[in-house]
Amino acid sequence: MNLTLKIWRQKDSKAKGQMVEYKVTDISEHMSFLEMMDVLNEGLVAKGEEPVAFDHDCREGICGMCSLQINGEAHGPDRGITTCQLHMRMFNDGDTIVIEPWRAAAFPVIKDLIVDRTAFERIQQAGGYISINTSGNTQDANAIPISKEAADKAMDAATCIGCGACVAACKNASAMLFTSAKVSQFALLPQGRVEATERVMNMVKQMDLEGFGNCTNTGACEIECPKGISLENIARMNREYLAASLAKS
Amino acid sequence: MSGLIKSSIARKVAMALSALFLIIFLLLHFSVNFISIFSEDAFNEASHFMGTNPLVQFLMQPILILGVVFHFVMGFVLEAKNKASRPVKYSKYNGGASASWMSRNMLVSGAVILAFLGLHFYDFWVHEMTVKYVEGDMSGVIPGTEHLRYYEEMHAKFADLWRVIFYCVGFALLSLHLLHGFQSAFQSIGVRKFRNAIVKLGNIYAIVIPLGFIFIALFHFITQ
Amino acid sequence: MAILDSKVPEGPIKDKWTTYKDKINLVNPANKRHIDIIVVGTGLAGGSAAATLAELGYNVKAFAYQDSPRRAHSIAAQGGINAAKNYMGDGDSNYRLFYDTVKGGDYRSREANVYRLAEVSGNIIDQCVAQGVPFARDYGGLLDNRSFGGVLVSRTFYAKGQTGQQLLLGAYSAMNRQIARGKIDMYNRHEMLDVVVVNGSARGIIARNLITGEIERHSAHAVVIATGGYGNVYFLSTNAMGSNATAAWKIHKKGAFFANPCFTQIHPTCIPRTGDYQSKLTLMSESLRNDGRIWVPAKLDDAKALQEGRLKPTQIAEEDRDYYLERRYPAFGNLVPRDVASRAAKERCDAGYGVNATGEAVYLDFSSAIERYGKEQAKIHNIKSPSAAKVYELGKAIVEAKYGNLFQMYEKIVDENPYETPMMIYPATHYTMGGVWVDYNLMTTVPGLYCIGEANFSDHGANRLGASALMQGLADGYFVLPYTIGDYLSNEIRTGKIPTDSPEFDEAEKSVKDRIDFFVNNEGTNSVDYYHKKLGKIMWEKCGMSRNEKGLKEAIAEIKALRDEFWKEVKVPGGADELNPELEKAGRVADFLELGELFAMDALNRNESCGGHFREESVELDGEQKGEAKRNDTEYAYVSAWEFKGEPSDAVLHKEQLEFKDIELKQRSYK
Repeated sequence: MNLTLKIWRQKDSKAKGQMVEYKVTDISEHMSFLEMMDVLNEGLVAKGEEPVAFDHDCREGICGMCSLQINGEAHGPDRGITTCQLHMRMFNDGDTIVIEPWRAAAFPVIKDLIVDRTAFERIQQAGGYISINTSGNTQDANAIPISKEAADKAMDAATCIGCGACVAACKNASAMLFTSAKVSQFALLPQGRVEATERVMNMVKQMDLEGFGNCTNTGACEIECPKGISLENIARMNREYLAASLAKS
Repeated sequence: MSGLIKSSIARKVAMALSALFLIIFLLLHFSVNFISIFSEDAFNEASHFMGTNPLVQFLMQPILILGVVFHFVMGFVLEAKNKASRPVKYSKYNGGASASWMSRNMLVSGAVILAFLGLHFYDFWVHEMTVKYVEGDMSGVIPGTEHLRYYEEMHAKFADLWRVIFYCVGFALLSLHLLHGFQSAFQSIGVRKFRNAIVKLGNIYAIVIPLGFIFIALFHFITQ
Repeated sequence: MAILDSKVPEGPIKDKWTTYKDKINLVNPANKRHIDIIVVGTGLAGGSAAATLAELGYNVKAFAYQDSPRRAHSIAAQGGINAAKNYMGDGDSNYRLFYDTVKGGDYRSREANVYRLAEVSGNIIDQCVAQGVPFARDYGGLLDNRSFGGVLVSRTFYAKGQTGQQLLLGAYSAMNRQIARGKIDMYNRHEMLDVVVVNGSARGIIARNLITGEIERHSAHAVVIATGGYGNVYFLSTNAMGSNATAAWKIHKKGAFFANPCFTQIHPTCIPRTGDYQSKLTLMSESLRNDGRIWVPAKLDDAKALQEGRLKPTQIAEEDRDYYLERRYPAFGNLVPRDVASRAAKERCDAGYGVNATGEAVYLDFSSAIERYGKEQAKIHNIKSPSAAKVYELGKAIVEAKYGNLFQMYEKIVDENPYETPMMIYPATHYTMGGVWVDYNLMTTVPGLYCIGEANFSDHGANRLGASALMQGLADGYFVLPYTIGDYLSNEIRTGKIPTDSPEFDEAEKSVKDRIDFFVNNEGTNSVDYYHKKLGKIMWEKCGMSRNEKGLKEAIAEIKALRDEFWKEVKVPGGADELNPELEKAGRVADFLELGELFAMDALNRNESCGGHFREESVELDGEQKGEAKRNDTEYAYVSAWEFKGEPSDAVLHKEQLEFKDIELKQRSYK
């Protein structure tokens, strides 16, 4: 199929960017979206132009590196996948596809479609861990029985890949789903309860400092999340935060 | 107050609590209004009680006004903050693909409701305040008679078609506001238990109550 | 071979590690804060090492080319992690894990290292649980295990199909704690482009800031390389797009020997290739082989019809299916080790029995499993004589709970529903057992330069068993390196800060800059990918699942010619002082073009079939094992460690003779 692409080009973080139009031809429907981008770039290189820079790595939907707002949706029109898992069979011959970087004050553009997501790193550094040493001298793994339900729920929260689609999709550029996934994972496990109060206070504080917007419960994050992280986690974080605030005051 | 709005979560909890308060108030307001369909006297009695009881007037009314003002001011503050968190807009943003119109446009529905409230206050509250506290007439009766004035005054307001239309539009937007807001308030305070029931109840509330208000307005328009 | 000292401690194998730890030199806590360590790569091995070293009190500088340590490709490991916990009570023990790993690796790994790995495996699970890794549990609240290819016990711990992700996030959280404490300086979007060796010891690295293009000098008292394997030398592999061998190759060129490059693992269960545009291959977890049955049509006509799309797999009757693994290896069936399963698939497809348009795919069928689980569930739920539909429904629910995310992933890529029609799979390059040679301390042949995880030549010999990579990465990073590196650093407490203005830093930086300048200024005609794809094709065809002398000799010549062309004709758009993905790729492919040649040389030298390395000249000629791989222990029971001498072709081979005192060498049989 033949497609028209409208892509955000921006030389670096300081430059002013703009949408630029490209044509790609003979795209197979079995291609992944990023393979289509490879074809575009191969063509640009051949013409001596600079290829479009975009983040990607594992290309199997787990590393969280790929991003892209495609036709106004984080990771494109399909559900439960990342951009690298999006296939061209979701589009039709002759389509125009608009491709933009994640947009958020906390995610400044580095180049073209690449944004800086280190705000997420700082949120994790504020408390996304259990403070035990890695000596291996902990108690036996089976000394802490955990109900299957709690373990499964913790696992569901822990599957977050930190891609930032939640922020990109949210009309408020809120990072609540991301932050709540980690808060929830540890809140559900006995190992994590020990520091639960401190953790939620610190992580939320950092999240606010980074300039993400407020959650208005639109639920867009949950729908666009490639791992289907549930809004339940946000509710849990709200609860944890309220309890922590009351305990602290 | 400043402590309340220090963090994003505290802000949304405050928003939710004020919303829940307003939801309860709305139910009460509706109950009183609904009486007007059945009985002029009962409506008058209820109105007179609400309008003269010191507890209602000097405790609940200020709290209510504070709640309304807080909810609106906070709504606008949050919206402004949220706009600032995405300074460069998407050239194409398909918000409808992942979130309902209601959830994305709480400010729009809220603003219409605010405009409606303006008229509503002008129609009733300003009038009441003037009669009661400026003119000092706490009797509640139509001058020269022994009849309470509330029903008659209210009924007269709905003679105007444009006012009725505006009321209907206001309630339609209120319905949209509540369709998202009801369950959203519970989510904000962290209540996920009985999620399905809450969503259902919210939908019923968001449709039945505004529809009821519309019905009352139309009833009085038609029975002129 | 005096030049290669494995430094394996004396004593019985069970006591080596404990005795060794009791005797090594330690660095006192007050001195640790004056010692800097660079860790390059932040996957399971690098991330866990960085966290642990920082916890101990060293100043750690960690480097990752991605924007976060959480993106390292360890995250993609699906199936699980082995540990000899014997929670299932099925007779597991440290010795058995050790034995299985050595045997699975076809007796080409170092006994003492593997035993140590088995010994610390249990600690890993304890550690990870304490860290909050949500491993799968049973209804009693205890940890669940599954079985994996090549072994007879259930010792694999897992977190759905995302075990690697959860373990990496565990290590990442430990790192984050140290970053917050200021003990780790994290350098995201930085790529190491050379190591700096001063007076024979590793003293720092040259790194490029991938955002600004700035070339930076970083010094340290020791350098740890944890940059993963070189599977991308094949262009198409299950590795991430950015996975590269540059760090490992650069240290090789600065004196670290490179061991067993020909030992590569071709994983049997990947989604088949569909076209030339393909950029990578996707792995489907080996755990699928627990319940999936692999087959091709028994009749060539049926295979033809499938290839042409005239027939559907569900239309082929049971008796017309060839469950070739169950047929050839009745004892292990579909759970034979990866190398065996891969070659068997290739054998069938080469014979014309492939099932997709390219003829390079076999079926992995879950219908039997769905039926078996369905009947089991019906019994559990007391459903008397359930209908076929009910059995299917119940069975599907179990299969979905176990593999749901994998099935979904498959459906997204292939656009077919694997509950209804069998999956198609084909082998793809996955893991490299070969890598930088290290001694018992995980130190390379350059003092102060360590190599851990997949990047070293590892504990997996010639073939890695499933769920062992995660185990090795974390063992190296959490429990081995933090001890062994202390022994070396105990001599560094008086060294003081390493200056970065020495001639060695100048020289290393200059060579890095020169190479970058060459790329951005070269007036070439072909893109970097053009060369990478060509290299990949040579590697796949001539150094792939089976190799022979003629092909390998051709490969050596072809790779050399391709490399010469690359250095004349490569075209890299953009500049040096900006984010430039093409420039990054150019450097990596340049190194692959050298590594590929050494790979082929190593494969040519090793005229035996062992593990992932199958030489057509070395097969069993008769008996029950006819046609199976034939290992040659009398001549090849050694580790090939190659020393760089200027050109890949000039590399000198050193042999580390392998001794097996605690395991009897046997020809592997999975029959």
